[in-house]
Amino acid sequence: MGILTEFPEMGRADLRDFKKGIDETFRLFTREYGESIENFFYPLLKFLGWFERLIVATPWPLMILILSGLVWAGSRSWGLVFGTIFTLLVVGYLGMWEDTMFTLALISVATMLCIIIGIPLGILMSKSDRTQSVITPILDIMQTIPSFVYLIPILMLLGIGKVPGLIAVCIYAIPPVVRLTNLGIRLVDKDVLEAADAFGASPRQKLWTVQMPLALPNIFAGVNQTIMMALAMVVVAALIGVHGLGQEVLKAVNNQYLALGMMNGLAIVAIAIVFDRVSQKFGKRLQKHSEVIHG
Amino acid sequence: MASQGIEVRNLYKIFGPRGKDYVEAVRGGMSKTELNEKHGHVLGLNDINISMPAGQIQVVMGLSGSGKSTLIRHINRLIEPTSGEVLYEDTDVCKMSDSELLEFRRNKTAMVFQKFALLPHRTVLKNTTYGLELQGVAEAEATERAKRWIDRVGLDGFEDHYPNQLSGGMQQRVGLARALTNDADILLMDEAFSALDPLIRTDMQAVLLDIQQELQKTVVFITHDLDEALRLGDRIAILRDGAVIQQGTGQEIVLNPADEYISDFVKEVNRGRVIKVDTIMKPEKVIADAVTIPSGSMLEEAAKKLTNASAMSANVVDSSNAVIGTITIHDTIEAMVTPATH
Repeated sequence: MGILTEFPEMGRADLRDFKKGIDETFRLFTREYGESIENFFYPLLKFLGWFERLIVATPWPLMILILSGLVWAGSRSWGLVFGTIFTLLVVGYLGMWEDTMFTLALISVATMLCIIIGIPLGILMSKSDRTQSVITPILDIMQTIPSFVYLIPILMLLGIGKVPGLIAVCIYAIPPVVRLTNLGIRLVDKDVLEAADAFGASPRQKLWTVQMPLALPNIFAGVNQTIMMALAMVVVAALIGVHGLGQEVLKAVNNQYLALGMMNGLAIVAIAIVFDRVSQKFGKRLQKHSEVIHG
Repeated sequence: MASQGIEVRNLYKIFGPRGKDYVEAVRGGMSKTELNEKHGHVLGLNDINISMPAGQIQVVMGLSGSGKSTLIRHINRLIEPTSGEVLYEDTDVCKMSDSELLEFRRNKTAMVFQKFALLPHRTVLKNTTYGLELQGVAEAEATERAKRWIDRVGLDGFEDHYPNQLSGGMQQRVGLARALTNDADILLMDEAFSALDPLIRTDMQAVLLDIQQELQKTVVFITHDLDEALRLGDRIAILRDGAVIQQGTGQEIVLNPADEYISDFVKEVNRGRVIKVDTIMKPEKVIADAVTIPSGSMLEEAAKKLTNASAMSANVVDSSNAVIGTITIHDTIEAMVTPATH
């Protein structure tokens, strides 16, 4: 009867050895390759460091000018430009300027990285059903596994610092851009593709003249989601040593500073809203051709 | 260079993972239904043999599911044949390598689609230059060549519009301009006018005939509409269940339908617009002071001329105005009325 009330577990000693085995193996791997992996990521570290310093060192009026210029270029909306300027002024006045700049740098670099890796991956995925069936479950894992779980191996490999933080953000944030690139390309009208074929488009010409332009609105929705998810990871990244608003939030949690937590949390929200609105407006502008005037 | 004809020989298409294995069985007489029910393969094309004349319009007509769209896609190999040949300039399109096929599609063929298939993110002008862009023609030259055809199909002033901003008829004009700008010898038109309103369709048919008179391309035109087939086709092939059941000129088909299926079709046709006076004229003596009707005129025109002149008979003359026969109003009207036997 015992078997029904008590689960037939693996022996306690065996289980311990099993876990120990995995840990030891990974530790060995870390000792063996940790340094070369760190060297591999060194250019990224340098770039992120340089970018952070650049943004923080830029005088604040100039920075506001640059940011509102970017917002205008992306959205063509004065409302958004003024909203952005107002938000930045408030954030700066409340003493969060530097932290906000650090976070901005992290999000920008993480998004760039996700786009550089994610779009080609999505294109690859759209080319073959087999690739898709391999990559999809990996993306599922990346999105659902608790982020603390993959922080462990990242920490073991790279220790505390900016690069492991960046990697953790990217693991969580990259799936949407990959998925939506794949989806966007697959959703391109078969009739239009056939026309491209009939006129003698090579696979490469088809990709650049038909598939990518028509998938762009979807890809952009993916980029938008990627940015939002990167922002959601700011506090987790702070856990492993990334500067910015996230660290202040952590400090607030540890010391029960309500106001500090709220202020920094809302600053993250403000950045998120600006990013979201600008990228959505930009995405809409990409679809200008689908407006029906008469027909 | 004058356009060349296209020879389709012993072409079979069987859809399914093991199509090739069933070609022999189909050759041996296995029916479409048997192939589908017993072996789960679909017979798309069954032993197609058509000589498409150079510089003329070959119409392929059939109802939906007859395989006509499958057939036209074999000419530029958008669909791989299961067996058979498609010869153009003595080259078998079915045996071309990937790069040869790409060159063939770029330089020798252009296609117009039923659902237009325009690139929605490009303007009218950019759609029209698409083929030239793929060929690597410089933009300035491509624009110049495209402008000419945009004007010709009546879209002058719409160069910077997007396809979504145009009506169906105008979109298909863009499709036609895009195909013509390629200046390819072969023009493939897959139910090109089927999605258009009747009036616009007639309009587009006139545009096509007008352009064809000037260019003399080898046109393959797919349609399900017999009136359209008769109006446009120098030669017509009728397809059913993937096989050609009759081919010939429009007049040949109307006068001698091969079977009941076709005679059902041609019953509704306005014969006065299909049958030429040459068919019914009698080589009798010249009638003095009679109306003259040029050889090749349709019966309807002849009847109109006869009634306008209140004449009972007329002379048929060739291009040098020599009389080659005579017709009477009685024979004309008799030929225009559907014979009871059909």
